[in-house]
Amino acid sequence: MIEFKNVSFAYDEKLVLKEISFKVNASESLVIMGPSGSGKSTILRLILGLECSQKGDIIIEGRNICQMKEKQKREIRKKIGMVFQDGALFDSLSIWENVGYYLLEHTNMPVEEIGQKAIKMLGFVGLNAQEVMDELPEQLSGGMQRRVAIGRALLSTNPKVMLYDEPTTGLDPQSAENVLGLIKKLHHERSIATIVVTHQIADAIALANRFIVIVEGEIVFDGNLEELSRCYQPKVKEFLTPFRKSFIHVAQKKFIET
Amino acid sequence: MFLFSLRMLAAMFSRPFYLMETKEQLYLIGVGSLYLVVLTGIFAGQGFALAFSVELAFFGAKDYLGRIMVIAIVRELGPVLTSLMIAARVAAGITAELGAMKSSNQLDAMVAFGIDPIKKLAVPRLLSLIVMVPALTIICDVIAILGAYLIAIFIAHVSSTVYWSAVREKLIFGNIFIGLLKPIVFSFVIAFISCYKGFTSAGGTKGVGRATTDSVVLTSITILMVNFFITRVVFASLKGYIL
Repeated sequence: MIEFKNVSFAYDEKLVLKEISFKVNASESLVIMGPSGSGKSTILRLILGLECSQKGDIIIEGRNICQMKEKQKREIRKKIGMVFQDGALFDSLSIWENVGYYLLEHTNMPVEEIGQKAIKMLGFVGLNAQEVMDELPEQLSGGMQRRVAIGRALLSTNPKVMLYDEPTTGLDPQSAENVLGLIKKLHHERSIATIVVTHQIADAIALANRFIVIVEGEIVFDGNLEELSRCYQPKVKEFLTPFRKSFIHVAQKKFIET
Repeated sequence: MFLFSLRMLAAMFSRPFYLMETKEQLYLIGVGSLYLVVLTGIFAGQGFALAFSVELAFFGAKDYLGRIMVIAIVRELGPVLTSLMIAARVAAGITAELGAMKSSNQLDAMVAFGIDPIKKLAVPRLLSLIVMVPALTIICDVIAILGAYLIAIFIAHVSSTVYWSAVREKLIFGNIFIGLLKPIVFSFVIAFISCYKGFTSAGGTKGVGRATTDSVVLTSITILMVNFFITRVVFASLKGYIL
């Protein structure tokens, strides 16, 4: 479904990704981990066609997104839902307008009908629609904003793949748990392929069965949890060391559960 | 910036057209800047009239005050001062708003939802400036000439008839043409620079602040430079025809 073939990318002179290759299949759940500034979020931007790689191919549904015209990219984006870091809600619009944004912009659907769909979606992402629908994004907590962003992505594009950029960063444990629960629910109930970028090991293990570790723009690990726990590649070890305790704890918990 | 400006121009003529956003911007730019332009017009007109009436009295030429006011206000001061005021208020606002949207990923979110931010955000601002800068310039001109009239009557003791006939004498097509051409050109300057600076701002809130300052400074300087070139070129090429 999505394939990176020897992709290199640089912002001006700074090389961010170095010849990375990987493939994501439909319905797969993948977590991309790595320290800050390692190029994780850039991968999501490349998938959406917000940036274009200088080298290599990014194949989405059999076509290279970098060679597409803007109109064709728009068609591809309709199949991809993106939840940006911090939600990226439109701060001048109310919550229901944010959720129904795509329908308001691209369809002739009556406003009342869009409002109803937005209310339904807010309920699906676990928010009390009547309470929050007329609020502005700044009036909601970080966790609620993140859930609105997920609802917006779902109602906008009816996606085949969901991209999450640091979905739990900056949230309290309860809100983070809610957002993780929602991501898992979406993946299982709707069979949507999921790509999550995070540097939180506990979240990564809770969300996926396949992990990519990226350090300084290079993929240093690609495999499942068992392989990750046995990996002695120096860069992977160095990245995991600060999280060793929580990693072992969460890994054991997940192993016992499964 | 040149390529960005071309993209804005091209986006002006292609669908979809965002009429609601344009109406909103017309109101924000036009009505929001009105008090500023009125105050500018009154004090610029009166200050200018006061200074000139003294000098003209020295040569016994106070009756020419109306003529000088029209040339100074309609051709030069009206368009420049109005545009500078709008640049200070509106350009700063546009850059800060777009910059904040960029730093919080809202512009990327728009693209992800199939919307061209240049069409949705930049073009309505450009269209509103094209309409509102000339309209506000006319208001500024009228207020300034009225302000100068008060100085002419009460301080310089020029008769009302003499003042208005002098004003009418110079209120010819050529002067009005230059006086309206300039604000239209300045509106492009304000829109191109402020939108470009907003769309390309980087470095979080500090970066937005820097982009906003750059936007106001660059817009103001460019307006003054473009004003000189328009006066030089248009005056030279149209002299004898419409002036």
